[in-house]
Amino acid sequence: MRLGLVIDMDTCVGCQACVVACKQWNSSGTLGPLTDYHAYADDPSGVAFNRVRSYEVGDYPHSKTVNMPMSCLHCDTAECVTVCPTGASYKREEDGIVLVDQDKCMGCNLCAWACPYGARELDDSTGVMKKCTLCVDRIYDESLPENDRQPACVLTCPTHARFFGDFDDPDSKVSRLVRDRGGQQPMAELGYNPVNRYLPPRPKAQAEQADTEAKPLQERLREWADMSIAP
Amino acid sequence: MHPAISVICFTVLSGAGFGLIALTTALAFMPGLIALSNGEILFAGVLGTVLATLGLLASTLHLANPRNAWRAFSRFRTSWLSREAVFAVLFYPCAGLWLGAVAFGLSAVLIDLGAALSLVLSLLTVFSTGMIYASLRAIPRWNSPLVPLNYLLLGLASGALLLTTILTVTRAGAMGSDVLMLTLVLLVLAGLGKALYFLWMGTPQGPSINTALGMTRGQARLLESGQGGRSNFLDTEFRFQIDGKTLRRLRWLFGLLGVALPVVAVALLSAGDGFFLIFLILPVTLFGYGVERWLFFAEAQHVVNLFYGAQRV
Repeated sequence: MRLGLVIDMDTCVGCQACVVACKQWNSSGTLGPLTDYHAYADDPSGVAFNRVRSYEVGDYPHSKTVNMPMSCLHCDTAECVTVCPTGASYKREEDGIVLVDQDKCMGCNLCAWACPYGARELDDSTGVMKKCTLCVDRIYDESLPENDRQPACVLTCPTHARFFGDFDDPDSKVSRLVRDRGGQQPMAELGYNPVNRYLPPRPKAQAEQADTEAKPLQERLREWADMSIAP
Repeated sequence: MHPAISVICFTVLSGAGFGLIALTTALAFMPGLIALSNGEILFAGVLGTVLATLGLLASTLHLANPRNAWRAFSRFRTSWLSREAVFAVLFYPCAGLWLGAVAFGLSAVLIDLGAALSLVLSLLTVFSTGMIYASLRAIPRWNSPLVPLNYLLLGLASGALLLTTILTVTRAGAMGSDVLMLTLVLLVLAGLGKALYFLWMGTPQGPSINTALGMTRGQARLLESGQGGRSNFLDTEFRFQIDGKTLRRLRWLFGLLGVALPVVAVALLSAGDGFFLIFLILPVTLFGYGVERWLFFAEAQHVVNLFYGAQRV
Protein backbone atom coordinates (compact mmCIF):
# COMPACT_ATOMS: atom_id res chain seq x y z
CA MET A 1 0.00 0.00 0.00
CA ARG A 2 1.11 3.54 -0.73
CA LEU A 3 -1.32 5.87 0.98
CA GLY A 4 -1.47 9.53 0.12
CA LEU A 5 -3.54 12.47 -0.98
CA VAL A 6 -4.62 13.95 -4.27
CA ILE A 7 -5.27 17.68 -4.10
CA ASP A 8 -7.31 19.35 -6.79
CA MET A 9 -5.99 22.85 -7.41
CA ASP A 10 -8.89 23.43 -9.78
CA THR A 11 -11.51 23.24 -7.08
CA CYS A 12 -9.57 24.34 -3.99
CA VAL A 13 -10.83 27.77 -2.93
CA GLY A 14 -8.21 28.37 -0.24
CA CYS A 15 -10.75 28.48 2.61
CA GLN A 16 -8.26 27.04 5.16
CA ALA A 17 -10.87 24.60 6.45
CA CYS A 18 -8.42 21.69 6.04
CA VAL A 19 -5.83 23.62 8.07
CA VAL A 20 -8.32 24.07 10.91
CA ALA A 21 -9.63 20.49 10.75
CA CYS A 22 -6.06 19.17 10.77
CA LYS A 23 -5.15 21.29 13.74
CA GLN A 24 -8.31 20.29 15.60
CA TRP A 25 -7.87 16.55 15.07
CA ASN A 26 -4.13 16.35 15.56
CA SER A 27 -3.93 18.61 18.61
CA SER A 28 -5.10 15.59 20.54
CA GLY A 29 -3.70 13.00 18.13
CA THR A 30 -0.64 10.75 18.35
CA LEU A 31 1.75 13.57 17.41
CA GLY A 32 -0.04 16.27 19.34
CA PRO A 33 -0.16 18.79 20.80
CA LEU A 34 0.33 21.25 17.96
CA THR A 35 1.55 24.00 20.23
CA ASP A 36 0.41 27.57 19.69
CA TYR A 37 2.83 30.37 20.50
CA HIS A 38 1.48 33.58 22.03
CA ALA A 39 -1.98 32.67 20.80
CA TYR A 40 -3.64 35.77 22.23
CA ALA A 41 -0.94 38.31 21.39
CA ASP A 42 -0.50 40.49 18.31
CA ASP A 43 1.42 37.90 16.31
CA PRO A 44 -0.07 34.50 17.03
CA SER A 45 1.62 31.49 15.45
CA GLY A 46 2.20 27.85 16.09
CA VAL A 47 2.83 24.39 14.76
CA ALA A 48 0.76 23.22 11.81
CA PHE A 49 0.86 20.05 9.70
CA ASN A 50 -0.92 21.66 6.81
CA ARG A 51 -0.70 25.15 5.34
CA VAL A 52 -2.56 26.68 2.42
CA ARG A 53 -0.97 29.44 0.36
CA SER A 54 -2.46 31.37 -2.52
CA TYR A 55 -0.81 32.48 -5.74
CA GLU A 56 -1.56 34.48 -8.84
CA VAL A 57 -0.36 32.69 -11.97
CA GLY A 58 -0.06 34.56 -15.26
CA ASP A 59 -0.56 38.25 -15.95
CA TYR A 60 -3.86 40.11 -15.86
CA PRO A 61 -6.22 39.64 -17.65
CA HIS A 62 -4.94 36.11 -18.34
CA SER A 63 -4.26 35.35 -14.72
CA LYS A 64 -5.64 32.82 -12.33
CA THR A 65 -5.69 32.47 -8.58
CA VAL A 66 -4.35 29.12 -7.48
CA ASN A 67 -4.51 27.82 -3.94
CA MET A 68 -1.97 25.26 -2.89
CA PRO A 69 -2.44 23.29 0.33
CA MET A 70 0.81 21.76 1.51
CA SER A 71 1.27 19.03 4.05
CA CYS A 72 3.65 16.07 4.13
CA LEU A 73 3.76 14.44 0.68
CA HIS A 74 4.96 11.11 2.13
CA CYS A 75 7.76 10.91 -0.47
CA ASP A 76 8.99 7.56 -1.78
CA THR A 77 12.54 8.95 -1.57
CA ALA A 78 12.06 10.43 1.87
CA GLU A 79 15.38 12.15 2.62
CA CYS A 80 13.95 13.44 5.89
CA VAL A 81 14.18 9.80 6.97
CA THR A 82 17.66 9.04 5.65
CA VAL A 83 19.27 12.18 7.15
CA CYS A 84 17.78 11.50 10.59
CA PRO A 85 20.68 10.50 12.89
CA THR A 86 18.55 9.04 15.67
CA GLY A 87 16.16 6.84 13.72
CA ALA A 88 13.21 8.92 14.99
CA SER A 89 12.02 9.59 11.44
CA TYR A 90 10.73 6.56 9.65
CA LYS A 91 8.64 5.57 6.65
CA ARG A 92 6.25 2.73 7.32
CA GLU A 93 6.85 -0.35 5.23
CA GLU A 94 3.18 -1.32 5.10
CA ASP A 95 1.58 1.92 3.86
CA GLY A 96 4.38 4.40 3.15
CA ILE A 97 3.33 6.90 5.82
CA VAL A 98 6.28 8.98 7.09
CA LEU A 99 6.20 9.47 10.85
CA VAL A 100 8.36 10.81 13.69
CA ASP A 101 8.91 8.77 16.84
CA GLN A 102 8.59 11.49 19.47
CA ASP A 103 10.48 9.42 22.02
CA LYS A 104 13.60 9.23 19.84
CA CYS A 105 13.77 12.71 18.25
CA MET A 106 16.56 14.98 19.55
CA GLY A 107 15.33 18.11 17.79
CA CYS A 108 18.33 18.72 15.51
CA ASN A 109 16.15 20.13 12.66
CA LEU A 110 18.09 18.25 9.98
CA CYS A 111 14.96 16.48 8.65
CA ALA A 112 13.18 19.83 8.33
CA TRP A 113 16.18 21.12 6.35
CA ALA A 114 16.09 18.07 4.11
CA CYS A 115 12.37 18.45 3.33
CA PRO A 116 11.79 20.66 0.28
CA TYR A 117 8.11 21.15 1.08
CA GLY A 118 8.33 22.67 4.56
CA ALA A 119 6.28 19.80 5.91
CA ARG A 120 8.13 19.46 9.19
CA GLU A 121 7.95 21.91 12.05
CA LEU A 122 9.79 21.84 15.35
CA ASP A 123 7.57 22.20 18.40
CA ASP A 124 9.44 24.49 20.79
CA SER A 125 7.45 23.33 23.78
CA THR A 126 8.37 19.65 23.47
CA GLY A 127 11.62 20.05 21.50
CA VAL A 128 10.68 17.43 18.92
CA MET A 129 9.81 17.50 15.24
CA LYS A 130 6.15 17.33 14.26
CA LYS A 131 4.59 16.48 10.93
CA CYS A 132 1.48 15.29 9.13
CA THR A 133 0.61 11.71 10.08
CA LEU A 134 -1.95 11.26 7.31
CA CYS A 135 -4.24 10.90 10.36
CA VAL A 136 -2.76 7.47 11.02
CA ASP A 137 -4.75 7.42 14.27
CA ARG A 138 -7.96 7.82 12.32
CA ILE A 139 -7.72 5.94 9.02
CA TYR A 140 -7.30 2.57 10.75
CA ASP A 141 -9.74 3.20 13.60
CA GLU A 142 -12.34 0.48 13.28
CA SER A 143 -14.57 2.11 15.87
CA LEU A 144 -15.28 4.85 13.32
CA PRO A 145 -17.80 4.39 10.51
CA GLU A 146 -15.95 3.34 7.35
CA ASN A 147 -16.63 6.66 5.62
CA ASP A 148 -14.94 8.49 8.46
CA ARG A 149 -11.70 6.51 8.21
CA GLN A 150 -10.05 9.27 6.17
CA PRO A 151 -7.73 12.14 7.10
CA ALA A 152 -9.48 15.07 8.78
CA CYS A 153 -8.49 17.46 5.99
CA VAL A 154 -10.14 15.23 3.37
CA LEU A 155 -13.35 14.82 5.32
CA THR A 156 -13.76 18.51 6.00
CA CYS A 157 -12.96 19.94 2.56
CA PRO A 158 -16.15 21.72 1.46
CA THR A 159 -15.25 21.67 -2.22
CA HIS A 160 -14.07 18.03 -2.36
CA ALA A 161 -10.65 19.17 -3.47
CA ARG A 162 -8.88 16.52 -1.40
CA PHE A 163 -8.90 12.76 -1.97
CA PHE A 164 -7.33 10.02 0.09
CA GLY A 165 -6.41 6.58 -1.17
CA ASP A 166 -3.94 3.91 -2.17
CA PHE A 167 -1.64 4.85 -5.05
CA ASP A 168 -0.51 1.26 -5.48
CA ASP A 169 -4.02 0.27 -6.51
CA PRO A 170 -4.39 1.33 -10.16
CA ASP A 171 -8.18 1.42 -9.84
CA SER A 172 -8.38 3.55 -6.71
CA LYS A 173 -10.00 6.96 -6.93
CA VAL A 174 -6.65 8.69 -6.41
CA SER A 175 -4.87 6.65 -9.10
CA ARG A 176 -7.66 7.33 -11.57
CA LEU A 177 -7.65 11.06 -10.81
CA VAL A 178 -3.90 11.24 -11.31
CA ARG A 179 -4.22 9.42 -14.64
CA ASP A 180 -7.21 11.38 -15.93
CA ARG A 181 -6.19 14.84 -14.77
CA GLY A 182 -2.40 14.68 -15.11
CA GLY A 183 -1.58 14.72 -11.40
CA GLN A 184 1.74 16.46 -10.73
CA GLN A 185 4.50 16.25 -8.17
CA PRO A 186 5.73 19.65 -6.96
CA MET A 187 9.47 20.11 -7.61
CA ALA A 188 9.64 16.69 -9.23
CA GLU A 189 13.14 17.61 -10.49
CA LEU A 190 14.53 17.28 -6.98
CA GLY A 191 13.79 13.57 -7.15
CA TYR A 192 12.05 13.06 -3.80
CA ASN A 193 9.21 11.22 -5.58
CA PRO A 194 6.33 12.55 -3.49
CA VAL A 195 3.32 10.22 -3.24
CA ASN A 196 0.81 13.08 -2.94
CA ARG A 197 -0.20 14.58 -6.25
CA TYR A 198 -1.66 17.92 -7.29
CA LEU A 199 -4.24 18.15 -10.06
CA PRO A 200 -3.57 21.28 -12.12
CA PRO A 201 -6.45 23.66 -12.89
CA ARG A 202 -8.47 22.45 -15.86
CA PRO A 203 -7.80 24.36 -19.07
CA LYS A 204 -10.79 26.64 -19.63
CA ALA A 205 -11.27 25.62 -23.26
CA GLN A 206 -11.68 22.00 -22.26
CA ALA A 207 -14.18 22.50 -19.45
CA GLU A 208 -16.83 19.81 -19.59
CA GLN A 209 -19.69 20.75 -21.88
CA ALA A 210 -23.10 19.14 -22.20
CA ASP A 211 -22.86 17.17 -25.43
CA THR A 212 -26.48 16.08 -25.66
CA GLU A 213 -29.43 18.02 -26.93
CA ALA A 214 -31.35 20.12 -24.44
CA LYS A 215 -33.79 18.05 -22.44
CA PRO A 216 -37.40 19.09 -21.98
CA LEU A 217 -38.02 21.42 -19.05
CA GLN A 218 -40.14 18.86 -17.20
CA GLU A 219 -37.34 16.27 -17.23
CA ARG A 220 -34.70 18.81 -16.18
CA LEU A 221 -36.89 19.90 -13.25
CA ARG A 222 -37.30 16.28 -12.18
CA GLU A 223 -33.51 15.69 -12.37
CA TRP A 224 -32.86 18.86 -10.40
CA ALA A 225 -35.35 17.71 -7.72
CA ASP A 226 -33.70 14.27 -7.61
CA MET A 227 -30.27 15.83 -7.22
CA SER A 228 -31.46 18.17 -4.49
CA ILE A 229 -32.96 15.34 -2.45
CA ALA A 230 -30.30 12.66 -2.93
CA PRO A 231 -27.05 13.87 -4.53
CA MET B 1 18.81 29.68 6.50
CA HIS B 2 18.86 30.92 10.06
CA PRO B 3 22.50 31.18 11.26
CA ALA B 4 22.54 29.58 14.72
CA ILE B 5 25.42 30.81 16.90
CA SER B 6 25.87 27.35 18.45
CA VAL B 7 26.39 25.74 15.05
CA ILE B 8 28.79 28.51 13.97
CA CYS B 9 30.89 28.05 17.14
CA PHE B 10 30.73 24.28 16.70
CA THR B 11 31.94 24.18 13.11
CA VAL B 12 34.64 26.85 13.52
CA LEU B 13 36.08 25.47 16.80
CA SER B 14 35.92 21.78 15.92
CA GLY B 15 37.21 22.56 12.41
CA ALA B 16 40.23 24.36 13.90
CA GLY B 17 40.77 21.66 16.54
CA PHE B 18 40.55 18.74 14.14
CA GLY B 19 42.60 20.71 11.57
CA LEU B 20 45.37 21.16 14.15
CA ILE B 21 45.24 17.45 15.04
CA ALA B 22 45.31 16.41 11.37
CA LEU B 23 48.32 18.63 10.61
CA THR B 24 50.22 17.57 13.72
CA THR B 25 49.67 13.86 13.09
CA ALA B 26 50.49 14.24 9.40
CA LEU B 27 53.72 16.10 10.22
CA ALA B 28 54.62 13.36 12.73
CA PHE B 29 54.86 11.03 9.75
CA MET B 30 57.02 13.52 7.85
CA PRO B 31 59.84 14.37 10.25
CA GLY B 32 61.96 15.38 7.28
CA LEU B 33 59.60 18.28 6.58
CA ILE B 34 59.00 19.73 10.05
CA ALA B 35 60.31 17.76 13.05
CA LEU B 36 58.06 18.34 16.04
CA SER B 37 59.32 17.66 19.55
CA ASN B 38 57.25 15.47 21.88
CA GLY B 39 56.33 18.54 23.92
CA GLU B 40 55.05 20.34 20.84
CA ILE B 41 53.07 17.30 19.73
CA LEU B 42 51.45 17.02 23.17
CA PHE B 43 50.68 20.75 23.29
CA ALA B 44 49.11 20.68 19.82
CA GLY B 45 47.31 17.38 20.45
CA VAL B 46 45.76 18.53 23.71
CA LEU B 47 44.83 21.99 22.39
CA GLY B 48 43.26 20.45 19.27
CA THR B 49 41.29 17.96 21.32
CA VAL B 50 40.09 20.69 23.70
CA LEU B 51 38.96 22.92 20.82
CA ALA B 52 37.20 20.02 19.09
CA THR B 53 35.48 19.11 22.36
CA LEU B 54 34.35 22.70 22.95
CA GLY B 55 32.92 22.70 19.43
CA LEU B 56 31.13 19.40 19.91
CA LEU B 57 29.67 20.63 23.21
CA ALA B 58 28.49 23.81 21.48
CA SER B 59 26.76 21.65 18.87
CA THR B 60 24.55 20.06 21.51
CA LEU B 61 23.24 23.53 22.41
CA HIS B 62 21.62 23.51 18.98
CA LEU B 63 19.47 20.50 19.88
CA ALA B 64 15.93 21.16 21.06
CA ASN B 65 15.83 17.85 22.91
CA PRO B 66 19.45 16.98 23.87
CA ARG B 67 18.30 14.13 26.14
CA ASN B 68 18.06 11.98 23.02
CA ALA B 69 21.48 13.02 21.64
CA TRP B 70 22.92 9.60 22.49
CA ARG B 71 20.64 8.11 19.85
CA ALA B 72 22.51 10.07 17.15
CA PHE B 73 24.99 7.21 16.69
CA SER B 74 22.34 4.82 15.44
CA ARG B 75 21.94 5.68 11.75
CA PHE B 76 25.52 5.47 10.49
CA ARG B 77 24.43 3.83 7.26
CA THR B 78 22.36 6.75 5.93
CA SER B 79 22.90 9.91 7.97
CA TRP B 80 25.98 12.14 7.70
CA LEU B 81 25.13 13.66 11.08
CA SER B 82 25.24 10.18 12.56
CA ARG B 83 28.54 9.47 10.80
CA GLU B 84 30.00 12.72 12.13
CA ALA B 85 28.93 11.78 15.66
CA VAL B 86 30.45 8.29 15.35
CA PHE B 87 33.74 9.55 13.90
CA ALA B 88 33.97 12.31 16.54
CA VAL B 89 33.48 9.84 19.39
CA LEU B 90 35.83 7.23 17.90
CA PHE B 91 38.45 9.99 17.66
CA TYR B 92 38.81 10.27 21.45
CA PRO B 93 40.24 6.80 22.24
CA CYS B 94 42.54 7.08 19.21
CA ALA B 95 43.78 10.52 20.26
CA GLY B 96 44.17 9.12 23.79
CA LEU B 97 46.29 6.28 22.45
CA TRP B 98 48.41 8.64 20.37
CA LEU B 99 48.98 11.33 23.02
CA GLY B 100 49.33 8.75 25.81
CA ALA B 101 51.93 6.83 23.82
CA VAL B 102 53.83 10.07 23.12
CA ALA B 103 53.59 11.25 26.73
CA PHE B 104 54.71 7.98 28.31
CA GLY B 105 57.27 7.18 25.63
CA LEU B 106 55.61 3.94 24.52
CA SER B 107 56.71 2.03 21.43
CA ALA B 108 56.83 3.78 18.07
CA VAL B 109 54.28 1.33 16.67
CA LEU B 110 51.65 2.48 19.18
CA ILE B 111 52.47 6.14 18.52
CA ASP B 112 52.21 5.62 14.77
CA LEU B 113 48.99 3.63 15.08
CA GLY B 114 47.38 6.27 17.33
CA ALA B 115 48.57 9.11 15.10
CA ALA B 116 47.34 7.43 11.91
CA LEU B 117 43.91 6.73 13.39
CA SER B 118 43.65 10.26 14.82
CA LEU B 119 44.62 11.72 11.44
CA VAL B 120 42.02 9.73 9.54
CA LEU B 121 39.23 10.28 12.07
CA SER B 122 39.83 14.02 12.44
CA LEU B 123 39.68 14.50 8.67
CA LEU B 124 36.62 12.22 8.39
CA THR B 125 34.81 14.18 11.10
CA VAL B 126 35.35 17.52 9.35
CA PHE B 127 34.43 15.96 6.00
CA SER B 128 31.22 14.57 7.53
CA THR B 129 30.36 18.01 8.93
CA GLY B 130 30.58 19.39 5.40
CA MET B 131 28.59 16.49 3.99
CA ILE B 132 25.73 17.11 6.44
CA TYR B 133 25.12 20.33 4.51
CA ALA B 134 26.25 19.17 1.07
CA SER B 135 23.84 16.22 1.13
CA LEU B 136 20.74 18.43 1.38
CA ARG B 137 19.16 18.73 -2.05
CA ALA B 138 16.51 21.05 -0.62
CA ILE B 139 19.20 23.73 -0.16
CA PRO B 140 20.77 24.02 -3.65
CA ARG B 141 23.57 26.38 -2.56
CA TRP B 142 24.87 23.74 -0.15
CA ASN B 143 24.37 20.82 -2.48
CA SER B 144 27.91 20.94 -3.88
CA PRO B 145 31.24 19.13 -3.43
CA LEU B 146 32.72 22.59 -2.78
CA VAL B 147 31.09 22.56 0.67
CA PRO B 148 33.03 19.64 2.23
CA LEU B 149 36.14 20.92 0.41
CA ASN B 150 35.70 24.33 2.07
CA TYR B 151 35.13 22.76 5.48
CA LEU B 152 38.32 20.72 5.12
CA LEU B 153 40.43 23.61 3.78
CA LEU B 154 39.20 26.10 6.38
CA GLY B 155 39.71 23.56 9.16
CA LEU B 156 43.27 22.79 8.00
CA ALA B 157 44.11 26.49 7.51
CA SER B 158 42.92 27.47 10.99
CA GLY B 159 44.73 24.41 12.37
CA ALA B 160 47.91 25.55 10.60
CA LEU B 161 47.59 29.00 12.10
CA LEU B 162 47.19 27.42 15.53
CA LEU B 163 50.29 25.27 14.94
CA THR B 164 52.27 28.36 13.88
CA THR B 165 51.19 30.10 17.07
CA ILE B 166 52.22 27.10 19.19
CA LEU B 167 55.62 26.92 17.52
CA THR B 168 56.07 30.66 17.99
CA VAL B 169 55.77 30.01 21.73
CA THR B 170 57.88 26.85 21.94
CA ARG B 171 60.63 27.92 19.58
CA ALA B 172 60.67 31.62 20.49
CA GLY B 173 60.07 32.60 16.92
CA ALA B 174 62.78 30.50 15.30
CA MET B 175 60.45 27.84 13.87
CA GLY B 176 61.92 27.71 10.39
CA SER B 177 60.29 28.63 7.14
CA ASP B 178 58.63 25.28 6.32
CA VAL B 179 55.75 25.56 8.80
CA LEU B 180 55.19 29.20 7.79
CA MET B 181 55.11 28.24 4.13
CA LEU B 182 52.64 25.44 4.89
CA THR B 183 50.40 27.85 6.83
CA LEU B 184 50.55 30.45 4.06
CA VAL B 185 49.65 27.90 1.39
CA LEU B 186 46.73 26.54 3.42
CA LEU B 187 45.40 30.02 4.27
CA VAL B 188 45.50 31.06 0.62
CA LEU B 189 43.99 27.75 -0.56
CA ALA B 190 41.15 28.12 1.94
CA GLY B 191 40.51 31.65 0.72
CA LEU B 192 40.58 30.51 -2.91
CA GLY B 193 38.22 27.62 -2.17
CA LYS B 194 35.78 30.00 -0.58
CA ALA B 195 36.11 32.46 -3.49
CA LEU B 196 35.30 29.60 -5.85
CA TYR B 197 32.21 28.81 -3.74
CA PHE B 198 31.05 32.46 -3.82
CA LEU B 199 31.56 32.49 -7.60
CA TRP B 200 29.66 29.21 -8.09
CA MET B 201 26.84 30.37 -5.85
CA GLY B 202 26.21 33.46 -7.96
CA THR B 203 23.71 31.89 -10.34
CA PRO B 204 20.65 30.17 -8.91
CA GLN B 205 20.50 26.61 -10.18
CA GLY B 206 17.74 25.14 -8.08
CA PRO B 207 14.04 24.79 -8.76
CA SER B 208 11.84 27.83 -9.39
CA ILE B 209 8.46 28.94 -8.07
CA ASN B 210 6.98 27.54 -11.29
CA THR B 211 8.22 24.01 -10.74
CA ALA B 212 7.24 24.29 -7.08
CA LEU B 213 3.64 25.07 -8.02
CA GLY B 214 3.64 22.91 -11.14
CA MET B 215 2.57 25.99 -13.14
CA THR B 216 5.27 26.50 -15.73
CA ARG B 217 3.42 28.58 -18.33
CA GLY B 218 3.21 31.92 -16.59
CA GLN B 219 4.78 34.01 -13.89
CA ALA B 220 3.63 33.10 -10.39
CA ARG B 221 3.33 35.52 -7.47
CA LEU B 222 2.45 34.92 -3.86
CA LEU B 223 -0.91 36.43 -2.92
CA GLU B 224 -1.34 35.12 0.58
CA SER B 225 1.02 33.04 2.72
CA GLY B 226 -1.74 31.51 4.81
CA GLN B 227 -1.73 31.29 8.55
CA GLY B 228 1.30 31.91 10.69
CA GLY B 229 2.46 35.46 10.07
CA ARG B 230 6.20 35.88 10.49
CA SER B 231 7.08 33.82 13.50
CA ASN B 232 6.31 30.14 13.00
CA PHE B 233 9.07 27.55 12.56
CA LEU B 234 9.20 27.84 8.76
CA ASP B 235 9.48 31.63 9.00
CA THR B 236 12.27 31.73 11.53
CA GLU B 237 14.25 28.74 10.25
CA PHE B 238 14.06 29.13 6.48
CA ARG B 239 12.93 32.65 5.66
CA PHE B 240 15.95 34.40 7.14
CA GLN B 241 16.65 37.29 4.77
CA ILE B 242 19.42 39.82 4.73
CA ASP B 243 20.10 42.38 2.04
CA GLY B 244 22.70 41.69 -0.65
CA LYS B 245 24.78 44.75 0.23
CA THR B 246 25.41 43.50 3.78
CA LEU B 247 26.20 40.04 2.45
CA ARG B 248 28.79 41.43 0.02
CA ARG B 249 30.37 43.52 2.77
CA LEU B 250 30.58 40.46 5.01
CA ARG B 251 32.30 38.52 2.24
CA TRP B 252 34.96 41.22 2.09
CA LEU B 253 35.17 41.20 5.89
CA PHE B 254 35.91 37.47 5.73
CA GLY B 255 38.52 38.10 3.03
CA LEU B 256 40.17 40.71 5.27
CA LEU B 257 39.98 38.94 8.66
CA GLY B 258 40.16 35.33 7.48
CA VAL B 259 42.68 35.58 4.64
CA ALA B 260 44.52 38.89 4.24
CA LEU B 261 45.41 39.65 7.88
CA PRO B 262 46.68 36.15 8.79
CA VAL B 263 48.66 35.99 5.54
CA VAL B 264 50.32 39.32 6.39
CA ALA B 265 50.98 38.16 9.95
CA VAL B 266 52.56 34.89 8.81
CA ALA B 267 54.60 36.74 6.19
CA LEU B 268 55.86 39.10 8.91
CA LEU B 269 56.79 36.09 11.05
CA SER B 270 58.83 34.63 8.23
CA ALA B 271 60.61 37.96 7.96
CA GLY B 272 61.56 37.43 11.62
CA ASP B 273 59.13 39.99 12.95
CA GLY B 274 55.72 40.29 14.60
CA PHE B 275 55.91 37.53 17.20
CA PHE B 276 53.25 39.19 19.28
CA LEU B 277 51.13 40.03 16.28
CA ILE B 278 50.33 36.34 15.73
CA PHE B 279 48.59 36.13 19.12
CA LEU B 280 46.44 39.08 18.12
CA ILE B 281 45.74 37.70 14.65
CA LEU B 282 44.73 34.19 15.77
CA PRO B 283 41.44 35.21 17.47
CA VAL B 284 40.80 37.75 14.68
CA THR B 285 41.16 35.01 12.05
CA LEU B 286 38.90 32.63 13.98
CA PHE B 287 36.35 35.47 14.17
CA GLY B 288 36.75 35.91 10.40
CA TYR B 289 36.02 32.20 9.98
CA GLY B 290 32.95 32.73 12.17
CA VAL B 291 31.84 35.45 9.75
CA GLU B 292 32.37 32.99 6.89
CA ARG B 293 30.24 30.37 8.66
CA TRP B 294 27.51 32.93 9.40
CA LEU B 295 27.49 33.81 5.69
CA PHE B 296 27.36 30.12 4.79
CA PHE B 297 24.00 29.92 6.53
CA ALA B 298 22.67 33.40 5.76
CA GLU B 299 23.30 33.09 2.01
CA ALA B 300 21.82 29.61 1.66
CA GLN B 301 18.22 29.59 0.49
CA HIS B 302 15.94 26.69 1.28
CA VAL B 303 13.57 25.76 -1.55
CA VAL B 304 10.60 26.26 0.79
CA ASN B 305 11.11 29.98 0.08
CA LEU B 306 9.64 29.29 -3.36
CA PHE B 307 6.29 28.58 -1.72
CA TYR B 308 6.62 31.96 -0.02
CA GLY B 309 7.02 33.81 -3.30
CA ALA B 310 10.75 33.64 -4.12
CA GLN B 311 11.16 33.18 -7.88
CA ARG B 312 14.42 31.22 -7.65
CA VAL B 313 16.59 30.01 -4.83
